[in-house]
Amino acid sequence: MPPVVTVANLRKAYGPLVAVDDVSFEVEEGEIFGLLGPNGAGKTTTMECVEGVRKPDAGVIRILGHDPADRSDDLLRRIGVQLQEAQLQKRIRVWEAVDLWKTLFPETVDADGLLAELGLTEKRETKFMDLSGGQKQRLFIALALVNDPQVVFLDELTTGLDPQARRRIWELVLGMKERGKSVFLTTHLMEEAERLCDRVAIIEHGRLIEIGTAPELVRRHCPERTVHFSTADAATPELFSGVPGVSAIVHDGERFSLTGLGPDFISNVIERVAEHRLRVTDFRTETPTLEDVFLQLTGHSIRD
Amino acid sequence: MLRSAAQLAKLTWVEIKIFVREPMGVIGTVLVPVILFALLGRWMTRDLEAPSFVSSELPILAVLLVVIGAVLSLTTILAIYREGGILKRLKATPLSPLVILSAHVLVKLVLTSVTLLLLVVAGRRFYTGPPPAAPWSFLGAVIVVSLSLLSLGFVLASVVRTARFAQPVGSILLYSLLSISGLFFPVAALPGAWKTVALLSPLTHGVDLLRSAWAGAGWAGEWVALLALLANLVICVAVARRVFRWE
Ligand SMILES: Nc1ncnc2c1ncn2[C@@H]1O[C@H](COP(=O)(O)OP(=O)(O)OP(=O)(O)O)[C@@H](O)[C@H]1O
Ligand SMILES: [Mg+2]
Repeated sequence: MPPVVTVANLRKAYGPLVAVDDVSFEVEEGEIFGLLGPNGAGKTTTMECVEGVRKPDAGVIRILGHDPADRSDDLLRRIGVQLQEAQLQKRIRVWEAVDLWKTLFPETVDADGLLAELGLTEKRETKFMDLSGGQKQRLFIALALVNDPQVVFLDELTTGLDPQARRRIWELVLGMKERGKSVFLTTHLMEEAERLCDRVAIIEHGRLIEIGTAPELVRRHCPERTVHFSTADAATPELFSGVPGVSAIVHDGERFSLTGLGPDFISNVIERVAEHRLRVTDFRTETPTLEDVFLQLTGHSIRD
Repeated sequence: MLRSAAQLAKLTWVEIKIFVREPMGVIGTVLVPVILFALLGRWMTRDLEAPSFVSSELPILAVLLVVIGAVLSLTTILAIYREGGILKRLKATPLSPLVILSAHVLVKLVLTSVTLLLLVVAGRRFYTGPPPAAPWSFLGAVIVVSLSLLSLGFVLASVVRTARFAQPVGSILLYSLLSISGLFFPVAALPGAWKTVALLSPLTHGVDLLRSAWAGAGWAGEWVALLALLANLVICVAVARRVFRWE
């Protein structure tokens, strides 16, 4: 199946500031694709170019076979958009917004069903300005789904929400994928990218620096695993120096931390522990996350 | 085409409902002009035999105040919508930009009509000057003047950066133009540069057209005013199309 979105050598500058520089990627049908990067990395700019809200300076974008700059009716009918930090009229009621959006498309889903699915049935009559942050975001999701789109764009959907509201929205996004929709989202939350995205593209200073599934990226850039365990038995670091793949051993009282490479590293450690009949009181393994990949690639954490 | 019309109707209706939900807006743009007109009309026409300004100029002043109120409200709303990202959100839908802007003009026209209707009712009771000699011709003039001035609102909304400035900047401009529009004293009495400004101002031509329509003189004698108002409309729409910002 051809990708639903293809972006090749996209570039966009605001005056002297190059916000997006030579960015290329694809979004496959049915996947959740995430653009991950710190504030100001160029996520929104990239996404808005793909949506056709912004005009790129250079590059080729294809979405469902269309150039988004044409804003063709056929395309607009098949995509759903949620913008970062969007607002609606302060005094518009929830049902009115959905009703208004329904007139924009020839084919739409049932409004009551949609509101029920997003947990907004009780808020039907509430004005936009009286909704909580999470409810506003759910309304924006409803508006993005009114036309039962094939591709959904979600820009920083959960920023500013508490963990509970965030989890609820994650469920909704996974639900979209289950129904066969392709989702293109941006986030600067590692956990969000890890939980939701089939594939992640890491963007910084307007450039894509990596792209792949989270496990792939971890394997590629942070292949080492660390095993932590404690034992009261007499054990010395030397006991482990011969474990295949081991690269670092830290020993502090009863606690050991072994770091090493290779798919069998953890089994090797376990074997060695068994060989020496050590009574282990605590054992856990630490697998690097996207966070570590990001740190490795950029030299800083995504939050600074 | 049909869908655009349906969208326009729906958006206009939603915007009217939203407007009515804000009490200050309704009081400011609808009730204040009507109450002022009623008070002034009663006070000024009560004891006078043939008051020159009052008898025919007061209705024209009232109409212009209503239209200016609508223009200011349009400017402010567009600025607020832009600042809040609402225009951008609407633009990211299949909704045509033209439909969005037309809806706002329609809302203002509806509002102006309601206010004028109330003025007529109030006029029956509180205003004892002569009624318009040709009501339909006067209504036509009101519509032309409204459209022409509302188009100025789009230019204003494009030029002012923030919603906070929309109201004061718009007020200063429009009320200044009103003061030299020939309603209070003849344009000919203005000093040189001001006279030029007055002659270029759509408000001056609006006064001419409304006055002549009220007096029943018809539009034929006022083709300069009519042309000037239409030219203003065309120019403003063209300028707004170029400079209007959605975000
Ligand atoms: N309309 C604009 N005019 C000028 N500069 C802009 C504009 N929009 C964005 N920028 C700049 O372009 C860069 C990229 O911005 P963008 O909004 O795409 O980043 P982002 O990754 O979405 O950030 P965030 O996580 O904060 O949303 C930033 O430096 C920003 O200041
Ligand atoms: Mg952003």
